Amino acid sequence: MEVRDDLRYSDDHEWLRLEDDVGVVGVTAYAADQLGDIVFIELPGVGSPLAAGQAFGVVESVKAVSDLLAPVAGEVIEVNGALVERPELVNADPYGQGWMVKLRLQGGESGEVLMDAEAYRQLTRAG
Amino acid sequence: MPYGPHTTEDRARMLEVLGLETIAPLFADIPTSVRANGLDLPGPEPELELAARLERLAARNRVDLANFLGAGVYRHFLPPAVDQMISRGEFYTAYTPYQPEISQGTLQTIYEFQSLLAELTGLDVVSASHYDGAAATAEAALMAIRATRRERVLASRAIHRHYLETTRTYFSPAGLVLEELPTLEDGRTDLAALERALGVGPPVAAVLAGQPNAFGILEPMGEIGRLAHAAGALFVAVIEPVSLAVLAPPGEYGADIAAGEGQPLGIAPQYGGPYLGILAATDALVRQIPGRLVGKTTDLDGRRAFVMTLRAREQDIRRERAASNICTNQALCALAATVYLATLGPHGLRDVAAGGAARARDLEHALAEAGAPRIHGGAYLNEFAVAVPDAERVHAALVDRGVLAGLPLARWYPDDARLRDGLLVCATEVTTADEIARFADALRVEVGTTATMAEAVR
Repeated sequence: MEVRDDLRYSDDHEWLRLEDDVGVVGVTAYAADQLGDIVFIELPGVGSPLAAGQAFGVVESVKAVSDLLAPVAGEVIEVNGALVERPELVNADPYGQGWMVKLRLQGGESGEVLMDAEAYRQLTRAG
Repeated sequence: MPYGPHTTEDRARMLEVLGLETIAPLFADIPTSVRANGLDLPGPEPELELAARLERLAARNRVDLANFLGAGVYRHFLPPAVDQMISRGEFYTAYTPYQPEISQGTLQTIYEFQSLLAELTGLDVVSASHYDGAAATAEAALMAIRATRRERVLASRAIHRHYLETTRTYFSPAGLVLEELPTLEDGRTDLAALERALGVGPPVAAVLAGQPNAFGILEPMGEIGRLAHAAGALFVAVIEPVSLAVLAPPGEYGADIAAGEGQPLGIAPQYGGPYLGILAATDALVRQIPGRLVGKTTDLDGRRAFVMTLRAREQDIRRERAASNICTNQALCALAATVYLATLGPHGLRDVAAGGAARARDLEHALAEAGAPRIHGGAYLNEFAVAVPDAERVHAALVDRGVLAGLPLARWYPDDARLRDGLLVCATEVTTADEIARFADALRVEVGTTATMAEAVR
């Protein structure tokens, strides 16, 4: 499963891409593969403040429903509306068109506590 | 398919797999204070003696009364086909078997139930059923809370008291707010009060109103729905299913969810149930529906097949994060409703509803002549409240005269001066002219007696 070097990863299998003070969040290719065909995604409202580790949405596959957990704290500034009609984008392109929310990160937040690509590769290999 | 409890060997094998000596550690999460710790039961009795005792107890039931009690449970003619079908061995369990798809027949009856109720309610999706009308109403309110992410619900006070109490029980530990809306003199929900409540305070997840409401009165459902939607809230209609044969279906007047008690559809009145919770919703809310849904598909060989669908939010998968942890499927009661509706058909059901309405007009006139006029001015279908001086005493006295004079409203609205002397009475298609005459005659005597006593005291 693809793990991109330019991203950071939570142990709940969300990825984070930093664009200045904005963090883009999605789920990893490994998570999408494990979940199976994703049929429905519930995303938060724009403006919702999120704490790190807080559930911000729900992803439903044919076999399970899982919470999406914020990898870092921040305020939701944009959600990927395309996923409402086409949740399968998460399976097809988890790091691209399958992104889920953009967060305005709180001052100084850099996702340092998250895993880098190498650590995440270790995790998924072990799992 | 046989149904049997676990044997001692089964339990021993399971404990071995778990590495446990006894099952006690599995209950560790339940505080000792709420555990049963043994039941205080009398010892065993010989079957014949026990049967005789139960017969003596059953003989205390008054089955001879002319019955005008409705208040959420309604007597109707039961076509013999209903009992015949639900007594068949293939169906005679309340539960959906595991693996459910093995039992295509059971799934098909649930699918038919959902389809019939979708037609009656005019809504897109109907669940496989819930415990009862109270549970369905509480689940409807919770659906709205999840869908809107708001935590405040407004409910007309003229919704069945038990439904509101159950909803409150579900709400209070979760910190959710349930506010009751007042009613007007005519028995309908106060729309001005609704508008005010929507305008102040935290945003509202849902507005709940009954049709007919708990006083038997018809509510302006379209207007209530419009006000709810204008405030971004969902609209929940608490319905009585037989009435839907003659009243507008919830889907037509803009309800997002309909909840109600399915007992009137082929299930005899029974103290304590089992009853049948109806829960229906628009497509937009399909993922918020708790419990089971049966869908239709085709198998690998292209044959029609019935399956459990959208199961991913059920508690065996999501545990404590499931859409509901207070959920069952009343499959046998749903089957009774399905056979009842299929036997009567749309015209038959219309006759049932219209017949009850016609008997209720006769009852209204007879009671008014006997000195018990209606309390509310609003239109009703087959149930209404009448004013009877000293209602609780008269109610008890009428039982001695062979009449069950409905529900004393003081039991539901003890603080309401107008309703304290009210009796909620109903008629259905099985109510006879003779029963109505017995009620009116007995009432005339009792109300007369009251006046005489009052004079004597003065």
